[in-house]
Amino acid sequence: MAGASIMETLFQRNLEDLIKASRQQQVRESLFISKSMDEIRREIKSTDLHTKSIALQKLSYLSSLHGLDMSFAAFHAIEVVSSPQFLHKKIGYHAITQSFNDDTPVMLLITNQLRKDMNSSNQFEVSLALECLSRIGNIDLARDLTPEVFTLLSSSKAFVKKKAIAVVLRVFEKYPDAVRVCFKRLVENLESSDPIIVSAVIGVFCELSLKDPRSYLPLAPEFYKILVDSKNNWLLIKVLKIFAKLASLEPRLAKRIAEPICEHMRRTGAKSLMFECIRTVVSSLSEYESAVKLAVVKIQEFLVDDDPNLKYLGLHALSIIAPNHMWAVLENKDFVIRSLSDGDFNIKLESLRLVMAMVSDSNVAEITRVLVNYALKSDPEFCNKILGSILSTCSKNVYEVIVDFDWYASLLGEMARIPHCQKGEEIENQLIDIGMRVKDVRPDLVHVSRDLLIDPALLGNPFLHNILSAAAWLSGEYVEFSRNPFELMEALLQPRTSLLPSSIRAVYVQSTFKVLISCVHSYFLHKENVASSIDSGNQASEVPESVSQRKFPESSDLTSEAPACSAQDGGFNPRDSNQSFEDLSTENDGDVTVTYGQASTSASFGKSSFTQETTVNLLNLVELALGPLLRSHDVEIQERTKNVLGFIDLIKKEILNPVIQGEQNLAREGTEASNAVKLMRDAFSKELGLVSTSAQERVAVPDGLTLKEDLSDLEMICGNAQLPFSSSFSLGSSQYGEKFDASLSNLQGKDESEPLKESTSLLAEHRKRHGLYYLSSEKGEIVSNEYPPANDPVSQDKLSDNAADLVKLTEQSVTSKKKPNNAKPRPVVLKLDGDEIAIAAKKPELNSDMLSGAVRDVLLGNEALLTSSRSNLSDKPSSNKKGKEKLNTDLPLELKENLGGEEMPGGSASSRKSKHRSHGKERKHKSVGKKGEEKEDNSQKKETQKSNHRYGTHKARQKADGPMNVVAQTPVIPDFLL
Amino acid sequence: MGIRFILMVNKQGQTRLAQYYEWLTLEERRALEGEIVRKCLARTEQQCSFVEHRNYKIVYRRYASLFFLVGVDNDENELAILEFIHLLVETMDRHFGNVCELDIMFHLEKAHFMLEEMVMNGCIVETSKSNILSPIQLMDKTS
Repeated sequence: MAGASIMETLFQRNLEDLIKASRQQQVRESLFISKSMDEIRREIKSTDLHTKSIALQKLSYLSSLHGLDMSFAAFHAIEVVSSPQFLHKKIGYHAITQSFNDDTPVMLLITNQLRKDMNSSNQFEVSLALECLSRIGNIDLARDLTPEVFTLLSSSKAFVKKKAIAVVLRVFEKYPDAVRVCFKRLVENLESSDPIIVSAVIGVFCELSLKDPRSYLPLAPEFYKILVDSKNNWLLIKVLKIFAKLASLEPRLAKRIAEPICEHMRRTGAKSLMFECIRTVVSSLSEYESAVKLAVVKIQEFLVDDDPNLKYLGLHALSIIAPNHMWAVLENKDFVIRSLSDGDFNIKLESLRLVMAMVSDSNVAEITRVLVNYALKSDPEFCNKILGSILSTCSKNVYEVIVDFDWYASLLGEMARIPHCQKGEEIENQLIDIGMRVKDVRPDLVHVSRDLLIDPALLGNPFLHNILSAAAWLSGEYVEFSRNPFELMEALLQPRTSLLPSSIRAVYVQSTFKVLISCVHSYFLHKENVASSIDSGNQASEVPESVSQRKFPESSDLTSEAPACSAQDGGFNPRDSNQSFEDLSTENDGDVTVTYGQASTSASFGKSSFTQETTVNLLNLVELALGPLLRSHDVEIQERTKNVLGFIDLIKKEILNPVIQGEQNLAREGTEASNAVKLMRDAFSKELGLVSTSAQERVAVPDGLTLKEDLSDLEMICGNAQLPFSSSFSLGSSQYGEKFDASLSNLQGKDESEPLKESTSLLAEHRKRHGLYYLSSEKGEIVSNEYPPANDPVSQDKLSDNAADLVKLTEQSVTSKKKPNNAKPRPVVLKLDGDEIAIAAKKPELNSDMLSGAVRDVLLGNEALLTSSRSNLSDKPSSNKKGKEKLNTDLPLELKENLGGEEMPGGSASSRKSKHRSHGKERKHKSVGKKGEEKEDNSQKKETQKSNHRYGTHKARQKADGPMNVVAQTPVIPDFLL
Repeated sequence: MGIRFILMVNKQGQTRLAQYYEWLTLEERRALEGEIVRKCLARTEQQCSFVEHRNYKIVYRRYASLFFLVGVDNDENELAILEFIHLLVETMDRHFGNVCELDIMFHLEKAHFMLEEMVMNGCIVETSKSNILSPIQLMDKTS
């Protein structure tokens, strides 16, 4: 064995050999590496520490650069670390920092070695141990080594001290109780004469204050001194970061620091410091006009610089300031727009964000026009970024910026046609969303949908399928606004729909059903009209009537327009469909050409021709196109198709025998068929309401509700319930047979459907009992069919309540760029509670962080607590008792003496402790109370929430406090700052 | 945390030095390095040196054939990190004399040692070149 180890030592390849050899093995690197690994595995088991350490060194090299697992060597690394030689130690510690983590099983073995090295007289060994602790420190290590770190914090060597300070951050993070021990020394080091030490301390505070700035407010005077006096840019940047956090909590502090920061901005030549000043001003001092103005001037200098880095940062700073000072962005508008075509994707993205920040209801059309044109020209990635940000900006706060929804509908249609568009899902959602929210826009939406559906080219693009699904749903749901249902029907049934995924195909089938019902209904109506009164010939049905009432100035042109469209389609459809249908259905082969031709020509007669012939043709067309789908593998498609065809069977006979039926019609006022059609039409024409996202949660399950029994009741209710059917919303599989199965499942899915007759009284009672959970009556009204009148003041109020910030934003941009000459008033946009909830800003979380709690305790009851720190450590009620005991026994003598020096005379240890603790608490409580009051005087906005929170803690403290001591009354923050 | 990681990558995308200040598994490290290399190396000199990646920023700079990439938290000062990279390169220059990729390959542990002097726990603790180099020089002398 000994001989083998000597041989290994003599002939071992060191790291340099390994690297050289690997450089020669260009081709078969992996083979070489696996060979070397075998070698290392052998060598690392050697008893000779030198051989072992070289093997470990090679292993860490391979691991860090070639990603090889080195966890197997964990124990060997610990062995190497224990070597007396510095070089071995170094290799060992490097391996440990690189490979150890919380799950490493031998982690516990390292504690003693670290402690030993931290107490070493060689400062480099101490440094290695500290570095190691800073990288792998877990709760156990942090707890057990706190006394050592504490000692090193007052080391006479700056080399060690600065590292000990940096380690403190990790120790605090893992073991918050260490704050009680180390915090005071840390603070003392702020006043060190050595700039390196100060810089290290500030680095720690900078990180600490990111997590919980409030705890460090009392240190503001020290930070302020550094801000004013220091010449070190690294240090200044860190201090500015701390102030950026503190200033937003304490307005008086912000006032105080504004001037020194401006001074730095005027004086400094360093861009990094300049940028930090700018960022501090724009993010935390936006109320100080002069500072902001200066910052904006400096931002402009950044923007015009040739350095792309400065350009990017300038834009970034602008986007921070945009919400509060839109003028700063508008001043640089030209530059921002120009940056959209910059060569750098990041800069483009930043300027896109800014452009979107400028959007207001007065300029949204203009800006999106520019952007859409730009998207057409740019690369796919940026194109989709643009589309995405347009969509999200326009839909923000329930389409707050949109006034002209007709325009927006056509914009959505246009976006769908942009070649690179991949935002199908978002556009789909918005199309349906505005369809349901904004009643006035429906005719336009149907028109846009028609244009999308009718274009066979779009069916080939899988990214657009979602949009087509929305279009199909819209044109089915709002078919009464369609100018030419026949044409729509052909679009829905065109052969290329076979390219669609089955879920969307199912939507198409359902829309076909809706359109069919609408057409047949119009036919019956038309016939009744003809039969009852002769002079009603000019108004063919109620549909075009209602349409023409809805501002359609061009409705007279419609007839001339329609033939042109359908002539094109006629050219396309019959040929194509012939081929595909011949394959699919051979039985009906004979009629195909004829029917199709007739259907398309009859379509060209315009919508007024709901004659028997056209209707029969329509039925034939549907039967023909949907027939093959009966054999579809998708259950949803199959079932829906069956519904449609079954319905056609039901009504076809009567339509085919008009003479008999006509006579009967006069006699009985409506036949079976027309009744069925009417029924279906009623079912489909019921509005779909919006469902609040939180609706489900609000409805408590009533007592004694057994779902199965209720369902049997529902079947009865279903007879009357004429619920709309939305294919894209139906979730459940339908289990209840009948004709209304699908809409029944809808009923279950939506608990906000129209009140049902049978259950109205029950519902009312329930509402009385659980009123809390219902939408407020105002909203209930919105859900129902009663639309509030346009620009209803109530809903406007709600709108402005909704998100005060954004309204402010728009107001500002309106004032800066006024042209509110809208031709038509903004239509009403429905909103529900759920929207508000989704929009509402996140409430600040209660900070119950252990670390900040500890820091606050220490800072606010400074020396008192330090005195008690020892006893604190020993009697902390916590689960890690073992560590505590260790700490107690291990406490170095020096520390005990230190503590003794500061202890107050008299009293037993325990009573002293409790007394000091109460000091601390009381002081804290006082200062908290005081601060709270002052804050209320100074600033009312926003603060209420925070001070509430404070009073909450205050109360809790008071309860625990008991009798107060008179000694502690010095305010924590010296007055000169506040 | 400040600095999350420091990478040195050559033009071919091979990692020459990797220092992480937060624990990542080997797979995570490899994936991260791959993504970053793909994102940053494709960029030209005329583009800015900051790239947003996942939930942090990468500040990078190219020196000859070597890219220095530093991953930082979002509120870190980008320009200061660029200065830090420059300081690192200057320090290595002073030690190796016109540092090149090979120097870092063959003296990886020294490069790590310098980084350890400059950055601790993700915070920059030392910015003086002579202070950074003095322990290394001492070690060179004794060995």
